[in-house]
Amino acid sequence: MLRQKGVKPRAPLRAFGTPDHYIPTTSRDLMDMQDAEARQMAIALQNDTAAAGIPFFGLNDPRQGIIHVVAPEQGMSRPGMLIVCGDSHTSTHGALGALAFGIGASEVAHVLATQTLWQRKPRSMRVTLTGKLGPGVVAKDIILALIAKISAAGASGYAVEYAGPAIDALTVEGRMTLCNMTIEAGGRAGMIAPDEATFAYIEGRPYAPKGADWDKAVAAWRRLKTDTDAVFDREIALDVSTLSPMVTWGNSPEAAAPITGRVPLLEEAANAEKRGVMERAFAYMGLTPGMPLTDIAIDRVFIGSCTNARIEDLQSAAAVVRGRKVAEGVEAWVVPGSGLVKAEAEKLGLDQVFKEAGFQWREAGCSMCLATNGDKLLPGQRAASTTNRNFVGRQGPGSRTHLMSPAMAAAAAVTGHLTDVRDLMGER
Amino acid sequence: MEKFDQLTGPAAPLDMANIDTDQIIPKQFLKTIDREGLGKGLFYDFRFDMEGKEKPDFVLNLPAYKGARMIVAGDNFGCGSSREHAPWALMDFGIRCVISTSFADIFYNNCFSNGLLPVVLKADEVHELMGEAKGGNHVFAVDLQAQTVVSPSGKTFGFDIDPGRKEKMLKGLDAIGETLEHASAIDRFEDKRRMTRTWATA
Repeated sequence: MLRQKGVKPRAPLRAFGTPDHYIPTTSRDLMDMQDAEARQMAIALQNDTAAAGIPFFGLNDPRQGIIHVVAPEQGMSRPGMLIVCGDSHTSTHGALGALAFGIGASEVAHVLATQTLWQRKPRSMRVTLTGKLGPGVVAKDIILALIAKISAAGASGYAVEYAGPAIDALTVEGRMTLCNMTIEAGGRAGMIAPDEATFAYIEGRPYAPKGADWDKAVAAWRRLKTDTDAVFDREIALDVSTLSPMVTWGNSPEAAAPITGRVPLLEEAANAEKRGVMERAFAYMGLTPGMPLTDIAIDRVFIGSCTNARIEDLQSAAAVVRGRKVAEGVEAWVVPGSGLVKAEAEKLGLDQVFKEAGFQWREAGCSMCLATNGDKLLPGQRAASTTNRNFVGRQGPGSRTHLMSPAMAAAAAVTGHLTDVRDLMGER
Repeated sequence: MEKFDQLTGPAAPLDMANIDTDQIIPKQFLKTIDREGLGKGLFYDFRFDMEGKEKPDFVLNLPAYKGARMIVAGDNFGCGSSREHAPWALMDFGIRCVISTSFADIFYNNCFSNGLLPVVLKADEVHELMGEAKGGNHVFAVDLQAQTVVSPSGKTFGFDIDPGRKEKMLKGLDAIGETLEHASAIDRFEDKRRMTRTWATA
């Protein structure tokens, strides 16, 4: 678009690129890409960033990975920044105290050309999370429970701040999972005020400020807190100690329920429209109303994506998998979020845990979260997936997706059906 | 961007909430940044079966709605992926206006980059228009200057729109060219920021 207009990027060093959506997870060579159009997209990204002087981690760079995993990992995403990317899950970076949101391709061109974007100020929402998470309950369960509570459009038009004791206690990676899926509630952005955990996460990363600059940066970042007397347009409160591990049963992330529950009944729909949505979801997903969620048998398991493919995610899944085997007839994959996550997991021996259990251990990328690279479910196949969307056809035409946390996906892998991971904890 | 002032044409009712951009244009059509021809992938899984045959009962396949220029849709239209292919595919198919109670933010913004008019009306109004779109006469008239939708029965519905966006859409202005007229203000902002944020100088 910029070339067509004869406009150059205004500040190429403030931009960054890495291929993630279209690339294979079996090879690190662009020439191995079977799909000529997808290969052309990946080559164009490489050539255009080089021509414009935009920093770029190519497929064969060990630091390559999913953009929303790579940028925080490199210290590129920092408090007080305004971060945009042509991907809806850009809200992830809000976990580091940045204002971050997804934009369209034309807007990406606009930002590259001008370093600006015309915006209307969004409304503000605060989600206050209190209580302590129970064993086996993690950030993914919080966000699924929240979306189920406020709906897939519940945060439309809002920038959301997550606050409260449960946020203070959450790791930075967990915070990323929360902010990542804010878009699934329709939120413009998800944000968390930077604190000591944020600074500790960023310090020493390759793109983080160093020496005296670091001290100045942290002093400025400490001021990036919401005023105590601030008034939000909407306030939501959630006691996370009441939560159980969550799974989705339908074709919107709002169709989520505790694993201890069952698929809803049509009579439970709030209105005729919701009833229609439910009916279509039951037909597409092949589910019987009222059946226990733990009776849902799965064909595939996908542990990956910008939502849940960081090292903590792989560790929590590996803890469940260790010493167990993938259930017969189930095909299970792990796709680390970046080359560095993969390397760290291998250093910790997690790859061996997964491989010994019968998982495939693959290269970094978006893979089967959105299936644009050819990694996909077959029509009618059902997956336990740590991703962010369970839309019709999302993981391939006819695919049936159940969203859940990495540990829950691991539990499903070893039992062959949706399972309350708490039943596998401590019993071995 | 294509300008938009007035539009008269058939409106198709898509009485579903949360129509996501994966439904509007599935992934297999995304391997291009060309906008031409994307209309063939529009609502692909609604329009075609697994063998690629037209599903006769889907609204856009009904003879009465061939040549639809508008869509009346349920809540939260365009949620999900930021893919700008969604408005591109709608435009390529001939759709220039979508009427709903609410749109997902990114999709909404993408519409304004492309001259596709998203009209937000109240739930009871959309319900009424949905009913008319399902009827025998489903030719609607949209006037951006006047900010009105006139239904087939002749009823007029007013809608709100940001004045800046309205202006750009009416004129079909190129956003980058427009913004670069403010280049000196951007320079001043960046100079000031270089002084105050010395740790971030790229």
